[in-house]
Amino acid sequence: MEYTFHWRPVFRNLPDLLEAGLLTLEVAVEAMLVGIVLGLALAMIRMSGRRSISWFATSWVEIARNTPALLQLFFFGFGLGAFGIHLSPFWICLCALSFNNAGYLAENFRGGFQAVPDTQVKAARSLGMTYAQAYLRIVIPQVLRIVYHPMTNQMVWSVLMSSLGMLVGFRELTGETQFLASKTFRIFEYFLVTAVIYYVIVKFILAGSRVLSWRLFRY
Amino acid sequence: MIEVKDVHKAFGDLQVLKGVTLDVSNGEVISVIGASGSGKSTLLYCINGLEPIQSGQILVDGTDVHAKETNVNKLRTGLGMVFQQYNSFPHLTTLENVALAPRIVLKKSKDEAREIASKKLDHVGLGDKLEVYPNKLSGGQQQRLAIARALAMGPNYMLFDEVTSALDPELVGEVLDALRMLSDEGMTMILVTHEIGFARDVSDRVAYFHEGVIEEIGPPSQVILDPQSERTRKFLSAVR
Ligand SMILES: Nc1ncnc2c1ncn2[C@@H]1O[C@H](COP(=O)(O)OP(=O)(O)O)[C@@H](O)[C@H]1O
Ligand SMILES: [Mg+2]
Repeated sequence: MEYTFHWRPVFRNLPDLLEAGLLTLEVAVEAMLVGIVLGLALAMIRMSGRRSISWFATSWVEIARNTPALLQLFFFGFGLGAFGIHLSPFWICLCALSFNNAGYLAENFRGGFQAVPDTQVKAARSLGMTYAQAYLRIVIPQVLRIVYHPMTNQMVWSVLMSSLGMLVGFRELTGETQFLASKTFRIFEYFLVTAVIYYVIVKFILAGSRVLSWRLFRY
Repeated sequence: MIEVKDVHKAFGDLQVLKGVTLDVSNGEVISVIGASGSGKSTLLYCINGLEPIQSGQILVDGTDVHAKETNVNKLRTGLGMVFQQYNSFPHLTTLENVALAPRIVLKKSKDEAREIASKKLDHVGLGDKLEVYPNKLSGGQQQRLAIARALAMGPNYMLFDEVTSALDPELVGEVLDALRMLSDEGMTMILVTHEIGFARDVSDRVAYFHEGVIEEIGPPSQVILDPQSERTRKFLSAVR
């Protein structure tokens, strides 16, 4: 079997690919930010132990962690579509990724809060700190360190998972690659270059995370 | 002056304090001894308002600790507390551990807070550890850090809850020395301890706690050397 590589069409369209790569990064970062806020809220709700609302948080976490991400994406696409709610492909992807991130992060945060002994709060309060000060100055910095690496992993996962967006018509990096490849039939070349772009994005995130952790955590 | 008046405290159905009455005058050192589970820690937590009480009253310089209108955060700056667990804040250096509360609670400037902190740390012999993180400190050093941290708030009273019982034996001495120094300086202290010999040396009075009440209280020459209560006598002969 002979296969001759033709790189020219790929490189000609490289700017389009890189732009789609930025879109991937954008949706992943935004889904991460939303995921952190919602994940914190879910963790707090679950820790509050109030039955009336904690069932909701528990279901969210269970579904996010124990069903395929693709089905979660389809829910925000076709599922909501069946009820007449039509989101744009970008929003479908953003909602699904945020939903998934929040579910995983909620469990990480909950574990992080439980790992900080209650006596830390007691010690802080005995110095006259308010409850809010004790959390802000003493508890949360420690939780942040505990969840830092799981959060980095989730960020990477968020980037890779966004490639599913293609299946609801979102032209992020994978979707754009598919679009261009089908026009020129240089499928292998396109996906090879795209794989490299994903690889670089992920390595970039990991390196950035490591540098930041040196600055943040000196103990 | 700390006045504890007929305090009752329960955790759910478990009655832990069953009518405790105790006055601590300024400059006095009171040691509290007694079996584990008798409510000694709970009494300290109630005194600085970390635990609510069901009935009775606790006054610190006339202020009712558990009254709704009391600013308990302000009150606590006058009541230093050191716990059995080390409780250093692991993400802060030794200096930051001590300087944080003066800055955010007492609203001192950053420089002022650091100056207070380094002075207090020097006082407990940690002057050369200012930039070190707590995970590099021994248990004895961490307890001295906790003492400095409480002192930096300028308290009138210090509450110590078995501060040496988590320590390796060879580290107990350095912490007891710090306590002795404070008592020599005239600090008013309530000291929950298992170190009977130390309690005898530094205390003005010793209280023996039994199942949520003070069974016997008096000078160490009485409570430790010549206990009047049969229970006190039994406890002391068991721990010796
Ligand atoms: N936060 C709490 N919740 C429920 N029970 C508690 C709590 N703190 C202490 N207790 C119980 O109260 C009793 C007295 O405890 P404590 O004051 O710690 O005794 P001591 O310090 O004399 O060893 C024990 O039976 C203990 O189990
Ligand atoms: Mg205790």
